[in-house]
Amino acid sequence: MLVSLNWLNELIDVTDYNPEELAEIITKTGIEVEGVEPVAEAAEHVVVGYVESCEQHPNADKLSLCQVNVGEETLQIVCGAPNIAQGQKVPVAVPGAVLPGNFKIKKTKLRGEESNGMICSLQELGYDEKDVPEEYKEGIFVFPESVETGKDAVQLLNLNDKIIELGLTPNRADAMSMAGVAYEVAAAIDGSYTLAEEQLEEADEKAADHVTVKVEDAEANPYYGAFVIQDVKVGPSPLWMQNRLTASGIRPINNVVDITNYVLLEYGQPLHAFDYDRFGSDVIVTRRANDGEVIKTLDDQDRTLTADHLVITNGEKAHAIAGVMGGAESEVQDDTKTILLEAAYFNPAVVRQSSKDHGLRSESSTRFEKGVDPNRVERAGKRAAQLLQEYAGGTVLQGVVSFDELDRSEKQVSIETSRINDRLGTEISPEEIGHILRRLQFTFKQDGEVFHISVPTRRGDIERFEDMLEEIARIYGYDRLPFTLPKGASQAGGLSLNQQLKRRMKAYFEGAGLDETITYSLTKKDWAEMLVSPEVQREAASPVGLAMPMSEEHSHLRLSLLPELLQSLSYNVARKQNDLAYYEIGTVFISEEEQVTKQPREVLRAAGALTGQWMAHPWQQEKKAVDFFVAKGIVEGLSEQLDIPFEYEKAKLQNLHPGRAAVIKAGGKEIGFIGQVHPKLQKEFGLKETYVFDLNAEELMDQYNKEEAFQTIPRYPSVSRDIALVVDEEVAAGEIASTIAEAGAPLVKDVQVFDLYQGEHLTEGKKSLAFNLLYLDPQRTLKDEEVEAAHENILNAVKEQHAAELRS
Amino acid sequence: MKERLEQLKQEALQKVEQATDVKSLKDVRVEYLGKKGPITEVLRGMGKLSKEERPVIGQLANEVRENIAEAIDSKQTRFEDEALEKQLEEESIDVTLPGRPVQVGGPHLLTSIVEEIEDLFIGMGFEIKEGPEVETDYYNFEALNLPKGHPARDMQDSFYVTEELLMRTHTSPVQARTMNQKNGDEVVKMICPGKVYRRDTDDATHSHQFTQIEGLLVDKDVRMSDLKGVLNAFAKQMFGEDRDIRLRPSFFPFTEPSVEMDISCKVCGGKGCSVCKQTGWIEILGGGMVHPNVLEMAGYDPKEYSGFAFGMGPERIAMLKYGVDDIRHFYTNDARFLKQYHKA
Repeated sequence: MLVSLNWLNELIDVTDYNPEELAEIITKTGIEVEGVEPVAEAAEHVVVGYVESCEQHPNADKLSLCQVNVGEETLQIVCGAPNIAQGQKVPVAVPGAVLPGNFKIKKTKLRGEESNGMICSLQELGYDEKDVPEEYKEGIFVFPESVETGKDAVQLLNLNDKIIELGLTPNRADAMSMAGVAYEVAAAIDGSYTLAEEQLEEADEKAADHVTVKVEDAEANPYYGAFVIQDVKVGPSPLWMQNRLTASGIRPINNVVDITNYVLLEYGQPLHAFDYDRFGSDVIVTRRANDGEVIKTLDDQDRTLTADHLVITNGEKAHAIAGVMGGAESEVQDDTKTILLEAAYFNPAVVRQSSKDHGLRSESSTRFEKGVDPNRVERAGKRAAQLLQEYAGGTVLQGVVSFDELDRSEKQVSIETSRINDRLGTEISPEEIGHILRRLQFTFKQDGEVFHISVPTRRGDIERFEDMLEEIARIYGYDRLPFTLPKGASQAGGLSLNQQLKRRMKAYFEGAGLDETITYSLTKKDWAEMLVSPEVQREAASPVGLAMPMSEEHSHLRLSLLPELLQSLSYNVARKQNDLAYYEIGTVFISEEEQVTKQPREVLRAAGALTGQWMAHPWQQEKKAVDFFVAKGIVEGLSEQLDIPFEYEKAKLQNLHPGRAAVIKAGGKEIGFIGQVHPKLQKEFGLKETYVFDLNAEELMDQYNKEEAFQTIPRYPSVSRDIALVVDEEVAAGEIASTIAEAGAPLVKDVQVFDLYQGEHLTEGKKSLAFNLLYLDPQRTLKDEEVEAAHENILNAVKEQHAAELRS
Repeated sequence: MKERLEQLKQEALQKVEQATDVKSLKDVRVEYLGKKGPITEVLRGMGKLSKEERPVIGQLANEVRENIAEAIDSKQTRFEDEALEKQLEEESIDVTLPGRPVQVGGPHLLTSIVEEIEDLFIGMGFEIKEGPEVETDYYNFEALNLPKGHPARDMQDSFYVTEELLMRTHTSPVQARTMNQKNGDEVVKMICPGKVYRRDTDDATHSHQFTQIEGLLVDKDVRMSDLKGVLNAFAKQMFGEDRDIRLRPSFFPFTEPSVEMDISCKVCGGKGCSVCKQTGWIEILGGGMVHPNVLEMAGYDPKEYSGFAFGMGPERIAMLKYGVDDIRHFYTNDARFLKQYHKA
């Protein structure tokens, strides 16, 4: 809502406040002021001049030589505008004037002729190009004849005005009018304002003799009032009205349209003027539209209607979409003589539906949608009729022809002072509450500390105690509320175990060298089902899609964090940042249904993606590209950190390198996978070798056992033995380690691979694996013979199960 | 014999004095203190002495031995020290060369901010609650006093999955769910952080996915001044003791009265500048007293119970606190952006 300060000041005296102070007060009491802007840069010494004569400049074809009366003197001025003519009243910047852009006007000579000032266009006076009426776009502005020569043109053109821009919240529909703003400002500054009574002189002839009103759906249209105004002369509206419309962001058109818009701004009540003769009947019928009915609206668009929309008809044909836009056929035109003026109350929900369905949001629909003041509907009609009489020469026929089932009653709300104070934490006295209610102009009866309030219908947002609580609090001042802390028993806050574990996982990944990332949950369809962990794949039907996505890029819910993570890597690599180690902990969305009806299961997963060099500047260390084992080391570290053993099973997985991928299990359940991204997919993302892992973080949290009992630190020494075995290349180290652990039980406590060798000292197709074994008996010191015996046992087992030979 | 011992001592000490390395020192030790050395010889000849003389000479011989041994040991230590010093000298390194790097990562800026806020409120006795990102229309809207057709639904155009399911547009449904679990007679004191989604085209100031963190306290006798006190404590800890807060009336369907909270502008200290659009204040969060309809729908009697709620956007806080100029930075994961805020 744009509020002209000059206009506001005529409704309520705000001259004691500078605009910034006023803005601050309005903001603090309830409506946010988003800005205060002058309509134009300041111009000075511009007056109304009368062009007494206008002749061709002797030395220039395109210039005119004018004698211009500016009140106390007549000045010779050279003018280049094509539309200058004798007899006009025009804005003249006299010598000494300063125009926007710090343009100083001085006496000068133009092609040998003296020029004592400048006749101005609206643009030169600081008007926005878009606000300049068509006829003055290419030349100077011409005042109506009625203005007085010598008057201050800046004031006449409202160029000294400031515009306060209000950011209205949806509840404050009451402030979508100058009257509403004036009531609000009056409450805020403890001033006074009342919407003035309409002054209407009616003819003897009755409107009812010219029109009847019939409403078919009273719920959609509880009030419809029709005024008839005859002998109207369509022409420009008065300058002051045009100025106010322009200041409020509405372009002036003609006096009839301008008047309906002016009253819309003044009262907050949208009106519509039909050309009576083009309306085509003397019956107004408002009804639900027929399915498929078509109307050509004012913007020359054919609009197809349904029964969701309400229309104003002449008994047959629709002439307006109620509350949204009029029809082209009965539009007021230059030759219009008789006006059929509509002042109605349309159901907010119905107008909202029409406005939404037709993509038409107008000054009118935005007000109806939020509910107009029922007590101002008819008054607004009267006000417009009055203005049509004054500024369009109209004759207003007697009476308003109406259908009326409108509820105009005021809501009753009672408040107790003590309860107000209990809720606010204040000690406001009943006297002060009474004073606040008077500032708001709410009538009330006081009974001790209790107030029985009648809420004016302009404040449709106030229905119950809490609404009044806000009214009292905001006028009292939020800044006067004390600072207190809640009285309730204090309780210990904290993180749940899973929240702690999530933080621990994050800390682990970061300590392990990965950067945390956050990517989008909504992704492309093919990414939503790419690199999905096998156990998720088995459970999910297909990725959940949005009903109406804004773009293909963000149309489906992810089943894996990895595609968007790869996209992040790709983004960086394209910017020459090649060494990246990223992780994300986030949700995937699993639905078992092909057609979703229930909320998908949301599962927290931890995924990582690594590419480039593992260490960017490996000072004194070997430069090393990330590989499977870097990624696996990170995953193993997590396993150790959470004390949950992981198992790795080689697997061929979609979009992963077929020889470098494994499914990960914990506690017998599949929890994710690890592997190299398939070279084809790497190429699609513009990546070099890239390794990824994806784990079910939630399952890990479930398996985490915080309560595990303390294990005594062994008092006896352990014995460490190394063993190097030669096996076929295909034999998996993990399997040998398992065999060793089994065969060495219970003395072998730990088995670690520490070397892998393939090459010239070995037969082709063979490899050597070296393990370190840790023997321990927690009860006593182990004897050499016992270790030897266990070692022998192990050698036999690996020989038998894996054809492993001790490396000599 | 006395003279002989004194003489041996002088000789030996002189040789120790003259020794130039460990080896020559060892030779002195063997020569004088060895089993075949002259002192042992002297002691062997003690049998010829009188009873009275024997202990005197014996003691003297021992003293001489000790003196020589001490001199040798002390010289030995000196040689060793010198040798070590020399070795250490040789082992000297350039300490200005870099250390062997340890690969370290760090948290995302949004996580740092969310966790900082969580920890602040945990300190005030709040719990952290989470909920689904795909919500029912009921919990996202209706339970929060936004029935179907409510004009304020326009304010947050949403991504629907079906007619009844949508990507949550705020984290408030977590509040409704938590309240619902409490049978209408328990205290709720919670913070709910999480991802939310709105139909916005991504640009410098809009993102279809962003983060929210909301708080809720429901109890008997919760006052609006408590909201002010708690938010003030939060703002001072989060933004600095020298910052002031201001509450302004606002509107949210789920609170009444509703507030928006500004903090005094850090850049100009409240005088007005381009950052605060000349107002001296920067909007930081919205909140208010829980709307009675919301309490009722969750099973609380609004005559007996009251509450406050508030919500804020970590992206906005990050943008204000660290000057991040484009909301898309939070989601493109440019390494240069991520690394910059690891210390945040």
